[in-house]
Amino acid sequence: MSQNIAIQAEGLTKRFGDFTAVDGISFEVQKGEIFGFLGANGAGKTTAMRMLCGLSIPTGGKATVAGFDVYRQTEQIKRNIGYMSQKFSLYEDLTVKENIRFYAGIYGKSDAFIKEKTAFLLKELHMESEGSKLVKSLPLGWKQKLAFSVAIFHEPGIVFLDEPTGGVDPVTRREFWNMIYQAAANGITVFVTTHYMDEAEYCNRVSIMVDGRIDALDTPRELKRSLQAASMDEVFLKLARKATRNAD
Amino acid sequence: MKQFLSFVKKEFHHIARDRRTLFILLGMPIMQIIIFGFALTNEVKNSKIGLLDNAHDVASAAIRTQLDASRYFDVVRDLHSYKEIEAAFKKGDIKLAVVIPQQFNTDLQHFNTAQIQLIADASDPNVATTLTNYATAVIMDYQDRVTHGRKLPYTIKTELQMLYNPQLKGAYSYVPGVMAMVLMLVCTMMTAITIVKEKETGTMEIMLVSPIRPMKIVTAKAVPYLLLSMINIASILLLSVFVLDVPINGSLLLLIGESILFIITSLTLGLLISSSTASQQTAMFISMVGLFLPTVMLSGFMFPIENMPLPLRVIAHAVPSKWYYDIVRSVMIKGLGFSAIWKETLVLTGMTLFLLTLAIKKFKIRLA
Amino acid sequence: MPAVVAENIVKRYGKKKDIVEALHGISFQAEQGELFGIIGPDGAGKTSLFRILTTLLLPDGGHATVDGLDVVKDFKQIRNRVGYMPGKFSLYQDLTVAENMEFFATIFNTSIDENYDLVKDIYSQIEPFKDRRAGKLSGGMKQKLALSCALIHRPSILFLDEPTTGVDSVSRKEFWEMLRKLKQQGITILVSTPYMDEASLCDRVALVQSGKLLSVDTPAGVRAAFGKPLLAVRAEKMLPLLNDLKGSGAVADAYPFGEYHHAVMRGNHDITELRQYLEQKGHQQVEIKAVEPDIEDCFMDLMKN
Repeated sequence: MSQNIAIQAEGLTKRFGDFTAVDGISFEVQKGEIFGFLGANGAGKTTAMRMLCGLSIPTGGKATVAGFDVYRQTEQIKRNIGYMSQKFSLYEDLTVKENIRFYAGIYGKSDAFIKEKTAFLLKELHMESEGSKLVKSLPLGWKQKLAFSVAIFHEPGIVFLDEPTGGVDPVTRREFWNMIYQAAANGITVFVTTHYMDEAEYCNRVSIMVDGRIDALDTPRELKRSLQAASMDEVFLKLARKATRNAD
Repeated sequence: MKQFLSFVKKEFHHIARDRRTLFILLGMPIMQIIIFGFALTNEVKNSKIGLLDNAHDVASAAIRTQLDASRYFDVVRDLHSYKEIEAAFKKGDIKLAVVIPQQFNTDLQHFNTAQIQLIADASDPNVATTLTNYATAVIMDYQDRVTHGRKLPYTIKTELQMLYNPQLKGAYSYVPGVMAMVLMLVCTMMTAITIVKEKETGTMEIMLVSPIRPMKIVTAKAVPYLLLSMINIASILLLSVFVLDVPINGSLLLLIGESILFIITSLTLGLLISSSTASQQTAMFISMVGLFLPTVMLSGFMFPIENMPLPLRVIAHAVPSKWYYDIVRSVMIKGLGFSAIWKETLVLTGMTLFLLTLAIKKFKIRLA
Repeated sequence: MPAVVAENIVKRYGKKKDIVEALHGISFQAEQGELFGIIGPDGAGKTSLFRILTTLLLPDGGHATVDGLDVVKDFKQIRNRVGYMPGKFSLYQDLTVAENMEFFATIFNTSIDENYDLVKDIYSQIEPFKDRRAGKLSGGMKQKLALSCALIHRPSILFLDEPTTGVDSVSRKEFWEMLRKLKQQGITILVSTPYMDEASLCDRVALVQSGKLLSVDTPAGVRAAFGKPLLAVRAEKMLPLLNDLKGSGAVADAYPFGEYHHAVMRGNHDITELRQYLEQKGHQQVEIKAVEPDIEDCFMDLMKN
């Protein structure tokens, strides 16, 4: 396997009884790439992402994440990835610093490392004076930015972002993407799902899942060209409307 | 009315479709009756006792036979000295020793008074108390027979408790206790949970924005639990009469009437809890700690209230289930009529009205 | 008479030192039969506003009327005539589709048959599954059921709190299609959403941010008020391009916008000049074109000023 591949999937499949949630998907994600993982509700995105994060064992196919096997090396995978979702991000009843400490502690980082990096991170986010505030008192946009910083605090090779910008205002949404670019520039591979089609344009490459399969995978520009669409929104509609599955 | 009925129907759907909860709600009283009635009973059967007979006369022999014949005791050891008693206790051979003094019969015949010493292993005080009570009862029984027809200067009565429960059956106090517990649990906790659940899922928002009156919502929610409680009462009473041999000595109608009163008290409490909590978890926790535990600990069915320190006694009197427990005991076990329990009924009614007023006042017609 | 009037609505949460003001004096009017959008991110105060208008919360200041009725005093009458769909999926998951419909119809003192014509378009799509429990429906079908239930009593005003949040763009488009058809039946619809692109589907919109109204206008009016020249710029390397755009004196603001960056220009600008500047910075395949501002451009502009 090439040194430059962060995620590799080959015929990855997950069945629940008669229902095939993920139907033999194959793709590769390069190191440092921002990879958009799109699909309608129920297309199988979440299930696929769970398998890649080592939370769910596939029914068939092969996949490696950060070079580790999704069947046998789930513990190593978990140690080498970061994860953030819109729903679960930070503990609302802990302070900003306590949250950082807690997550860094899970990954076994030293006190010195945590202390130094926390100071750096709060400065980057312009949140020096918010360190001792409870997370629930922060505006949503700040929370999401903080959650992302926490997800990559332990310097993982890959970070999985599940609808990270849902409900966030347009200005903060762009600031958030700026952070994603920074992370990618630092060599972190970003695997992201979103319902905002303009955000799909910000990805290096985009895959679109329909009924458990990957129907399209290319750069946004190439996708628009081959489907003769003016925007990613149109690309998505053209592909997702073909879906026959009615699920969630 | 159609609104109301449709709401009640919906509640029944909820209950019927949550099979596990329904099973627990209906199975719990049965389980409790069986656990309390059989497993946790203080009743002692065929306990091994030793006899130190220093008299060896007619009377002592009669007492020995009587003790042995009772279903509570087996005389397994004949002891010859106090030292042997101690040894037998230490080895765990016996739980109770009966010491009959010399010239027992003579004393009894001539002085109308004689002493028997009962020595019990008090490392388990409950068992010790029960055993000595039983033994005393057996001896008194004997005394009654030999002194029959004679005028005695004084007769000794056994404990009041035994008046109504001659066999000292534990079930006599457990059945009323379980009734109070089950009603409290089903009505209070379930009402609180089902209302709070609608808050959690957001359906309460829609209900409040609809034309249905909030009081209708609440009453409709209570109806199915009232019915479930009636089923529970029926199953408890059937079990107690036919399985535990605890008869209903008083009026069944009165018992049911009083139970309905207590059900309403419990439903009101549930409503009160629901209006001040936002999550099912909190509602459950408050119901458990705030109501269920006091019912078990302070209603008098586990521990006698008379023996509690004053502050606890005061609290116990504020627990509705204490009053219901007293009522059930009076009606069911003692067979007393309404004239004997009107005070308790009045207290319970007062509590219910107070709680209901409070609950209605606190019920929110809006969010937050 | 306007369908909804809000005058200086204030809402605060918390006690003593932890007071948070969710709404700082919101005023607007929605006309009868209008499809009115309340557009803003999470935490803007959309839900608080909807709850006040549907009589679920009391405002701490200002007053509001719905159908000419006061939201505080006349809450009972209002509750008879509005339809409300809260943000969370709020149906009984353990009841079937048909049971949910029947239940809500009865609660609102009506029957499915009575208003079938109104919900027919939407309900007929889920009717084949009427014996299925609501909890087992797909996201899109749940939404249709929730909308049918909110409509069953033929409300004069429909309040939809973030009906499309977390929904993929295909289902979102379908949902807005349904709203269009409902509007034709004469129902006033107030809908809130965090998706800026949905603004253009409304007759008029109120843009809200942190409890304040940024603007109330038709989508075209909002765009016309932008008043600054806007360019879409693209080049081979997008990240350095953004930094260079921000560094240009002619550019007031620059931010990513889909496959382009949008550059808000200061006064008189010259596309050729900007191209030269960017090419000087080493950018290749530079593409620049003047564009009309989108609602999102306007929202950001209003937010920043």
